Amino acid sequence: MMQTPLSKSPEPLSPAALSISPVPAEIAPDGTSLTPEQQRELRAYLEQGLPLSPRPYQEIAARLNTCETEVIKQIRHWQQQNLIRRLGLVVKHRQLGYCANAMVVWDIKDQDINHIAGQLSARPEVSLCYQRPRRLPHWRYNLFCMIHGKDREAVLKQINLLTRELKLDHINKDVLFSYKAFKQQGARYSQRKQVDERA
Amino acid sequence: MTLSLLQQQLINEWQKGFPLTSSPYAQLAKELGSSETEVLAALKELEQADILSRLGAVFDHKKAGASTLAALMVPEEDLEYVAAIVNKFEQVNHNYAREHDYNLWFVVTAADDFTLQRVLTRIEQLTGLEVLVLPMEKAFHIDLSFQIDFDSKQPLARVS
Repeated sequence: MMQTPLSKSPEPLSPAALSISPVPAEIAPDGTSLTPEQQRELRAYLEQGLPLSPRPYQEIAARLNTCETEVIKQIRHWQQQNLIRRLGLVVKHRQLGYCANAMVVWDIKDQDINHIAGQLSARPEVSLCYQRPRRLPHWRYNLFCMIHGKDREAVLKQINLLTRELKLDHINKDVLFSYKAFKQQGARYSQRKQVDERA
Repeated sequence: MTLSLLQQQLINEWQKGFPLTSSPYAQLAKELGSSETEVLAALKELEQADILSRLGAVFDHKKAGASTLAALMVPEEDLEYVAAIVNKFEQVNHNYAREHDYNLWFVVTAADDFTLQRVLTRIEQLTGLEVLVLPMEKAFHIDLSFQIDFDSKQPLARVS
């Protein structure tokens, strides 16, 4: 593993060094009448959050130079395509007392992964369960689960319990608690000027 | 801050299925036996208390663009500095310190693979560290909404 020492340049990073201009993304063709640019803008608004005012879709429509019906139609279309996974409140767990969040990573034989991942996914305490590639020799784990709880002890107890009940004691795993959130925000696929200014 | 019953209901019942109607907040109010004004006030308060990140859409990472989980092995004393570099990219939407040799974990989400790759390369250049890139290969389970247990005696929000 390459560990080059960090060069701590006293100069702040220039905005140019950090800006990555995106290649315009092709948004799935559809039956709506919004232009690709309007669709990108709409996606950015949805990622940033709806206005907390009585007519949120109307407000967005006005900014996009279209009508409320088209905005709603486009959102519904994205939902039907499963491009939008959910629309609603996005809350910060930490602020609600759910301070412990552990990423549990497992080194599971390829032929067993579907079975074990299925068992883990069925547990209510597991909120995410993803397969990711191994990166040998640095990283041996191929299954990732996320477990949230009110505190560290509660989360550890849950992990021990599910390991025992699913008879996974023989599998190599690691538990990575987070101890600081440097950034926690909704994903933004659509780069938009206004987002830049707000950053 | 103590959350009102209305706020608790909003949190546990409206993480998904937000109405696609002209006056969605009025519809929420109707279903919760409240008024549009009260619902909007409750949401604004949650936002000010930094409990509500936003009321919006969560897009499917796979379908809506390119994204990956990534990690860096950062010397402990450089962690804040490196985290700040990573944070500057608008394509980085989560960035956490975790207890492991790989101690900085972040999610990069971009419009396409090309941009994603450029962000990762730029992060390597700016930090001098090799990025561990772990894209999702298969999603077995994704929770759509996270139920908050408001009944427990523990203090709810740690908001000053």
